Amino acid sequence: MKLLTCPMNGPRNIDEFQSFGPVRARPDPNATADRDWSRHLFRAENRKGIVVEWWRHVPSNYFFLAERNLVSNEIIRTFDASELRDRA
Amino acid sequence: MPLRLLKYGLSRDYRVSGDIQATPELKPAYDVVIIGGGGHGLSCAHHLAKYHGIKSVAVLEKGYLAGGNTARNTTTIRSNYITPEGIAFYKEGVELFERLSQELDFNVMFSQRGQLTLAHTEATMRSFHMRAEMGKHMGTRTEVVDQKGVEELCPLLNMDYGGPLEILGGLWHADGGTARHDAVAWGYAAQASRRGVEIHQRTEVQGFEVTGDRVLAVRTNRGRVACGQVMIATGGMNYDVALMAGVELPIRCYPLQAMVTQPLKPWLDTLVSSVSLHTYLVQSSRGEVVIGGGSDPYQLYSTRSTLDMKEHLAEGAVHLFPFLQGVRLLRQWAGITDMTPDYSPIMGASPLANLWLDCGWGTWGFKATPVAGKRMAQTIAEGRVPDILKPFALERFDTFRLLNEMGATAASH
Repeated sequence: MKLLTCPMNGPRNIDEFQSFGPVRARPDPNATADRDWSRHLFRAENRKGIVVEWWRHVPSNYFFLAERNLVSNEIIRTFDASELRDRA
Repeated sequence: MPLRLLKYGLSRDYRVSGDIQATPELKPAYDVVIIGGGGHGLSCAHHLAKYHGIKSVAVLEKGYLAGGNTARNTTTIRSNYITPEGIAFYKEGVELFERLSQELDFNVMFSQRGQLTLAHTEATMRSFHMRAEMGKHMGTRTEVVDQKGVEELCPLLNMDYGGPLEILGGLWHADGGTARHDAVAWGYAAQASRRGVEIHQRTEVQGFEVTGDRVLAVRTNRGRVACGQVMIATGGMNYDVALMAGVELPIRCYPLQAMVTQPLKPWLDTLVSSVSLHTYLVQSSRGEVVIGGGSDPYQLYSTRSTLDMKEHLAEGAVHLFPFLQGVRLLRQWAGITDMTPDYSPIMGASPLANLWLDCGWGTWGFKATPVAGKRMAQTIAEGRVPDILKPFALERFDTFRLLNEMGATAASH
């Protein structure tokens, strides 16, 4: 079984986790055209490379982020969501 | 056909027909360039050559013929979808399969043995009633059956009476069936090749030359090819290939895993799938039980199998048919599925005037091999999208007119 290291619970079997897909910047609801909303909703990052994505540890309902290689499936690092906020 | 078969059988000279020519030199230009030498691309090439008289066609295949998702799918053919647009399209697909062996003069081993989808919850039963009514309205053979009906259709099923996964009923789709995937692809390739279509294997598209809203040429590892029209039908690589032309598709790629058991005597004559268990089974003409399920739970471009997904499939299969527990697995594999947000394909025009899309086939592409090829060939030949394909346009995501087939697709193909 593949392991995913949860920032809160440590290394766990990956089937304890649920993927929520790549992180996307939320558009400004007051200043966004329909086309850009559709982009936001339906076009997620899918390039062959490294993505930053949301994951949830299901038993503890803890959401966090992981950097993962979409080709090799290597999980490069996992980190708490506060890091994303601090970066912004 | 029967007379020719008889003549062949009685002749002293058993000549093996050379199905497909060896890859020729690339010409500098073609009227139509089809990217992707899988079932869909070859079917389109066949229809272009046979019905539209367009013979300057090159099919470019990065690897070998039909070695991608055409070889990796689990060959379910059905039309029991939920949207009228979806059912109309897939119904035509099933009808083309019914006469495909005649069309190709090649036995594709189409076996219309029916598909039984199982419900373990009341909610699933309600969705089955809706699908059955939609199916009847659109003229397909789709009906809800009760527990007794399920037992009659598939006596060896573990009904799990009183258990947590009790089978409450099923969706019986008498039009459903299966066919031999290699035969479909090779049949189309042979027919197309006979009519002058060039099939270029080991020819990888590396870029597009775009001027204004037109593709002038495609660049390949074997040189530049100018093209009148281009179609992308590259399965799991659709996102990548379209991006080279500057078109970003609403696609995310997930692996889909499947496996087959050792050959057994014939015991399973229908296709069986369970929505709750995310497992489906069909016994192939060789006796192997093909077991498939839903896509992997997260995005990935790797076709490596994972033990947890195989265990999950085995668990579902053994639950439905407990006597399978001692049966050995023979082969297992994965393919890359190009999943769209609404579980419907993207067919028709792209933002570029002469670039056509046959993409977003996710986990549901094999059954559409004949109809997608036929309708895309018509689109390319006439330069406009026929009505039956219009709902599948790429623009539907910008206008929020999605065709939601998720409930009729996930793990039930």
